[in-house]
Amino acid sequence: MNFGAQGLTVRFGRRLALSDVDLELPPGEVRVVVGGDGAGKTTLLEVLAGARTASAGEVRRPSAERIGYLPATSGVYPDLSVAENLAFRAAAYRMPRAVFAERRAALLGAGGLLGHEGRLGGELSGGMRQKLGVICAMLAQPDLLVLDEPTTGVDPASRRDLWRLIAHAAADGAAVVVATTYLDEAERAVELVLLEAGRVLAHGAPEAVRGAMPGLLLDGGAAPPAAELERAWRRGARWRLWRPGAAKVELEGWREVAPDLEDAVTVALLARETAEGVAQ
Amino acid sequence: MTQVLSSCKDLGRRFGDLVAVDGVSLEVRAGEVVGLLGANGAGKTTLIRMLLGLLPPSSGEVLLFGAPPSRAGRRRIGYLPQGLGLYDDLTAAENLRFARAVYQARRPAAAPAGASAGPVGSLPLGLQRRVAFAQVLQHEPQLLLLDEPTSGVDPLQRARLWQAVRGAAEAGAGALITTHHMEEAESCDRLIVLARGRVVAEGSLADILGGRLALVVEVEDWPRALALLEAHGLEPALVGRALRLAEGDRREVAKALGDLPYRLRESPVTLEERFVALASAP
Repeated sequence: MNFGAQGLTVRFGRRLALSDVDLELPPGEVRVVVGGDGAGKTTLLEVLAGARTASAGEVRRPSAERIGYLPATSGVYPDLSVAENLAFRAAAYRMPRAVFAERRAALLGAGGLLGHEGRLGGELSGGMRQKLGVICAMLAQPDLLVLDEPTTGVDPASRRDLWRLIAHAAADGAAVVVATTYLDEAERAVELVLLEAGRVLAHGAPEAVRGAMPGLLLDGGAAPPAAELERAWRRGARWRLWRPGAAKVELEGWREVAPDLEDAVTVALLARETAEGVAQ
Repeated sequence: MTQVLSSCKDLGRRFGDLVAVDGVSLEVRAGEVVGLLGANGAGKTTLIRMLLGLLPPSSGEVLLFGAPPSRAGRRRIGYLPQGLGLYDDLTAAENLRFARAVYQARRPAAAPAGASAGPVGSLPLGLQRRVAFAQVLQHEPQLLLLDEPTSGVDPLQRARLWQAVRGAAEAGAGALITTHHMEEAESCDRLIVLARGRVVAEGSLADILGGRLALVVEVEDWPRALALLEAHGLEPALVGRALRLAEGDRREVAKALGDLPYRLRESPVTLEERFVALASAP
């Protein structure tokens, strides 16, 4: 049976941080949890990693020593060097010396950190620190790798290295779950889960999420009629307009376009907002 | 010809032996949204500080609204730093009132709905960002300087924040947006890519991508294909269960994969792939 969660609910006092979340994490696959700040990503990953107890629902995860976890607060000790951070992790997981040496060399190489072993964790650039955090989390070849926003604030070159490390973890058979605020990273997932206010708004393969967008999407060069403005948004210099109904109503200067993932996610958020009458 | 708001010519800046900015020329005109892309250490911050007149250049020339940068010129700028530049202990309305006094804004901006209660520091990040946008736009600046303005927010919130940027541009302001997030970069009219202190590419998104294609390798046993391609010196990225090569040709793939069955297709290169290639070129 896959790792994952079913009907997961987490309450903080009266606030519902997660509500009825399902997630499957098959071995050797990367799943992405995407959402904005405050959507519930960190709470979900904490529960999956065993760092937080759910109020209700079922969680399937391996034993603690088979989980690799990078918390949002960076899993790197600032006062330890790169080498010491890794050695500490290896000791905690009781890794055999030869295995550790081999893993260490391979992962530092893949992450572009060779030659930086002596630097203190606290002195690393943001990108290098995140890479070290991911390397620490995957060092002991976990069965479940949980990474909370490894790429936030990281530049594209480091982002590429981070995703290379993530690919290696999946290639070694780990079930990987990555939280991010970036949709282009959600496109790299076998399946994604879109979280908003603790609920799953959309899930599935990126193509499926695109294909499941309800209604019609229109593209235009100028603002739509005022009555439709609340369902319109900007894409670069262009306008997009979502119509929930499937009926085609001609609007001069607008044409129907196929949604990309960003459009589909925007529509999912817009539909929720409209349905719940959230005040703007 | 539209008005040039900010420009520099052959701009350079050294710190001791380090050349942070090396012969950069650029222009931001009224009504356009320009994205300045660069990895950490590419020289973005040094360049911006010189454009504002906060750091003297080692060589070259800077003009702000057609004159050397000055305090009066800077007052016509709306600057949004990455840290948002709000006073956490003040309410949204107090922040806006303070900024209005500093910039001598004609009209006060209203605090966004839901942002009235309590100090700004206690509001959700998305709402803080809307307060910061209101503050930056309040004095109707002619030039917007935004540093990763929508990082960390969901696409709907991002679209709404961009509506404000686009509205200002359509009213005649220019915007320079520094970012290394591709979703933000793709929303700009024109992009300038900075690497090692130099402009390495410039133009529309289509210009920068130049019609380049990436190779997508569809293969059942992707872990094995990943190992084989990497052993061959290629750098594939995992996308779903397929492997993407931003650079590399079919023959190399064939050589690396040997008798492993696979299918190959082409896909337009992404801005991120192009950016990494530009930034890592010697």
